[in-house]
Amino acid sequence: MDIVVEKITKVYGTQKALDDLSFRVKTGEVLGFLGPNGAGKTTTMKAITCYLAPNVGDITVGGISVKKDPELVKKRIGYLPENNPLYLDMPVIDYLSFIGELQGVVKKDLPARISEMVKVCGLTKEKYKKIGELSKGYRQRVGLAQALIHNPDVLILDEPTTGLDPNQIIEIRDLIRRIGQEKTVILSSHILAEVEATCDRVLIINKGKIVADGTPDELRKAAQGNEILRVGVEGADRQVVYDAVKSLVTVSVVDLVSNNNQLLEVQSSAGESSKKAIFDLCVKNGWYLTELVSIEKNLEDIFREVTKEN
Amino acid sequence: MNKIWIITKRELSSYFDSLMAYIMMFIFLGLSGFFTWWYGSDVFFRNIASLQSFFGVAYWTLFIFIPALTMKQIAEEVKTGTIELLLTKPINDWQVVVGKFMGTFLLVVIALVLTIPYYITIANVGPVDHGGVITGYLGLLLMSAAYISIGIFASSITSNQIVAFLLALIIGIFFQWLFGMLAMAIGGVAGNILIYLDLGGHYDSITRGVIDSKDIIYFASIIFAGLVASEIALVKRNLN
Repeated sequence: MDIVVEKITKVYGTQKALDDLSFRVKTGEVLGFLGPNGAGKTTTMKAITCYLAPNVGDITVGGISVKKDPELVKKRIGYLPENNPLYLDMPVIDYLSFIGELQGVVKKDLPARISEMVKVCGLTKEKYKKIGELSKGYRQRVGLAQALIHNPDVLILDEPTTGLDPNQIIEIRDLIRRIGQEKTVILSSHILAEVEATCDRVLIINKGKIVADGTPDELRKAAQGNEILRVGVEGADRQVVYDAVKSLVTVSVVDLVSNNNQLLEVQSSAGESSKKAIFDLCVKNGWYLTELVSIEKNLEDIFREVTKEN
Repeated sequence: MNKIWIITKRELSSYFDSLMAYIMMFIFLGLSGFFTWWYGSDVFFRNIASLQSFFGVAYWTLFIFIPALTMKQIAEEVKTGTIELLLTKPINDWQVVVGKFMGTFLLVVIALVLTIPYYITIANVGPVDHGGVITGYLGLLLMSAAYISIGIFASSITSNQIVAFLLALIIGIFFQWLFGMLAMAIGGVAGNILIYLDLGGHYDSITRGVIDSKDIIYFASIIFAGLVASEIALVKRNLN
């Protein structure tokens, strides 16, 4: 079920939280929503789930507009809000049954759905406990279970792994990936590794605008620009090596790595690779090549680059 | 309708889960029973089989108790964020508000049903004005519904339960006394409007046994206005 966000603008007082934001998510896609705090991630999710109405623009979920038929849109969405609010005084089973009824799960299917969710989310031992007695990790699972209870086509998760320990994070990520195979998923995070591990596509927003959009690989490639190599050569004086490398045709800039006097950072000219030329140079002069590594930008660098203050 | 009932069920069971319902029933039944049978102008002292003192006590107990029952209804959901959870389900703001209203109203109905044994026993002691009892109960139900609606409104405009409680009580005091007092002091057209707003007067005329459409419309409009105002307070998140 496709989600189409079309030119939405949301203003809080004098502050623009979303500024003419447009994107679409295709069926079966897991979209990672990245951005610094206050970028508009949560506001966008609240708009898709019909909690907040955008001032301008429209959102359709599977072709249904949030303005025309919010109830139908909400039926199709499973939503885990930020901070995972829950009724702490309710037992897990009662809570899931309450949400299931609200989501319009047919009465005779409800017990089966609840026990399936309890199993999928690993809550078997905790199902009769009050939610208030559960640890944070288990509460998060209850949050996921309630989002999935009516088997929605679209899943929207606002920072699903905050406050979990590393084991729980991996479990929840696995769960999201498994679910994501057949559903449209949007998840927000500011942990980049998480987005890289779970998402097919990444959308970075800043100040209510999209600043980057693509698969993690595409983003890396786009930000990469020219090839950068870290080169370590021994067997000659550093200055000699520096001059020789600099004189290669494919090389545009050579930097000395300050804390290690045998290492150079070599930037090739656009579209060229200098790996072969450097290797040949060493062979010709009888130098030892101790290191030849291409430096990749990771998502963290890209994130910082596109969201930094000007 | 089905959606409203789901909310009502949850509200009602949360009263019973949190002991609130038991405390309320205990004090309500205890106080009204005590004053009906034992103390002050009770049936034996006056030698009249009447539920007069029961209705009087029940009225004041409910007046104090209802704000305590309604104070958390929306305020707590806003504070813990569960309101977002609720409103992103296929249910609209109006259904949530009405569901919560019905939940508290049903609790009051249960409390009043449990006082029917008082009526039966008194009726066995001597001749009771059956019509007066029925309108007495009707008056209590209408007055409770009006204050529940006001209480939910108070709860919808703040996320602090104590503020919601005090606010509901203050609005209640206006409807209970201050409008009537001001009407006496001011007089004229404004005075007439204030007399109409005075809840006590409408309650008295119903319990006297006169079921006038004017009074029913009065209570219905207070209930409706309170619920609409609460819905507006919820929808307000979308206004800038």
